Amino acid sequence: MINPGGHLLSPAEVAAWRARMPEAFGPTGTARLWRWLGVVAFLAWLTGTLWWFDVSPQRMWNGLNGLGVIVRLMIPPSPGEQWVEILHGLAESLAMAFLGTAIAATIAIPLGFLGARNVATNMLFRFSLRRFFDGMRGVDQLIWALAYVRAVGLGPLAGVLAIATADIAVLAKLYAEAIENAEKKQAEGIAAAGGSPTLVMRFGILPQVAPIMLGHALYFFESNTRSATILGVVGAGGIGLQIAERIRVRHWDEVAFIIILMVLMVMTIDWLSGKLRRRLIGGR
Amino acid sequence: MSGAIAQQEAAFLSLRRQRRNTTLLGAIIFVVCVLTAGRVSEFYPSSLIAGAPRIGEYFSRIAPALEWSKLFANTQTEGSLAFWMYRLDAWGLLLFETAQMAALATLMGAVVALLLAFPAAKNLGLPAWVNATCRRVLEATRTVPEIVFALIFVWAFGVGALAGILAIALHTAGALGKLFADAMENIEMRPWDGVRASGGSWFQACRYAVLPAALPDLLSYAMLRFEINLRSASVIGFVGAGGIGEELYKVISFNYYEEISAIIVLVILAVVCIDLVSEKLRRRVIEAVS
Repeated sequence: MINPGGHLLSPAEVAAWRARMPEAFGPTGTARLWRWLGVVAFLAWLTGTLWWFDVSPQRMWNGLNGLGVIVRLMIPPSPGEQWVEILHGLAESLAMAFLGTAIAATIAIPLGFLGARNVATNMLFRFSLRRFFDGMRGVDQLIWALAYVRAVGLGPLAGVLAIATADIAVLAKLYAEAIENAEKKQAEGIAAAGGSPTLVMRFGILPQVAPIMLGHALYFFESNTRSATILGVVGAGGIGLQIAERIRVRHWDEVAFIIILMVLMVMTIDWLSGKLRRRLIGGR
Repeated sequence: MSGAIAQQEAAFLSLRRQRRNTTLLGAIIFVVCVLTAGRVSEFYPSSLIAGAPRIGEYFSRIAPALEWSKLFANTQTEGSLAFWMYRLDAWGLLLFETAQMAALATLMGAVVALLLAFPAAKNLGLPAWVNATCRRVLEATRTVPEIVFALIFVWAFGVGALAGILAIALHTAGALGKLFADAMENIEMRPWDGVRASGGSWFQACRYAVLPAALPDLLSYAMLRFEINLRSASVIGFVGAGGIGEELYKVISFNYYEEISAIIVLVILAVVCIDLVSEKLRRRVIEAVS
């Protein structure tokens, strides 16, 4: 080892430095101990959970073999006999996503104004509304779909309602944040010129937040297009129902075909909505 | 003077007319889309009006019949919290299982994502076709929803948590792989040049130049993904792939009204708690790493 002066450090000097600043020579004893304890705890957790879920090499091997057979049966993908039905399912999924998002986005606008700090000044009311929004987020769309299927019967109506219900709360929260972040001077100007609270909202706040709201709504439309493809698994209409049916009767080539169409649809919608979003926000 | 004003006025009016026309066109397209969507998804006012009372009735039956005076009574008293949550031990265990499924799936997905992110990152000197192939693979696995993977895996691996874990892990690998690769593309390249110039191999450069720089981002993405996966794991049981979802599917199908609300409330509580804990943990881990 060479010190800044240029001569070799003697082992005694190295030992002295090690005693003075042990951190410079790598992790110290306690740090190393903690690291080892962490590794051991992690390995214990991993083996414990793997054992609990009954994951054995044997089972993995059999499963992968089964999966290999399925993948081989998937090639080549084929539309089967029911072209029209598949296309109708895709259209239904898309329509569910669009209508659900549109309903959620419309209902979320007044809720967003209610939840915003600079519009609703009652602390307690606002706080409980926000917590309620947060809680609603924890319920997955599939749960809503399953509940609505029980309430209004099988079909896309349940899907639309599920998408709308699941999104209202989240969109309202995002809208409330957008409204809070809006520039206050324009609103104050309208209030100072004698505008009523409604006019302040319409001309002071809405023009600022409308592009942001539209952008959020478009994002949700994209993500809902993805989720609308699977709501059918629980009977809420759309292409998911057809996929689940074909998996049940093990028509794997048709399953592969539908999955490919699904992916293509989602990608097209992503691309379209991205273009539209850039135009809306860019042209502000 | 007045000529200039008139000119201004004309320009203003024409601009306003143009904007109004654009808005009108947008509104017409939107209305047409809504009407078409309503037709395709059978969302008719009549069916909605017919369904509305049933929706109200269903949700009011789900709501627990709690009574203030008996709220903290034992499990035998109707109207108490304990009566509502009478199977708390079993549900708690299922929720714990669900969280373990999400954790294991996130871990497996993150490991695969990490392995694929290095070849998918464009700045690490691999040929373009390798980047493109890896990115396409990641894109394919993240575009297919977990439930579809789960439906297929239930056939291959049998009914149970393993199918759900693998399904979520596969989807996670795709979603995280892209984020990981993007994080790696944003790192400072000088350490990489240094390691390569001093004779380090490609693997050593990945280990000592890329990984330390990207690690805080990677950990943060993985922990955020854990929260998302917890939500997915709570419903993946609908198709027989383990967790609290199977129980929820059962009670909804059998119309055990109050148990539905009990389980949903427990799921919400678990998700909110884990979100809070995970947010704190994420901040501390990132501070410790960077």
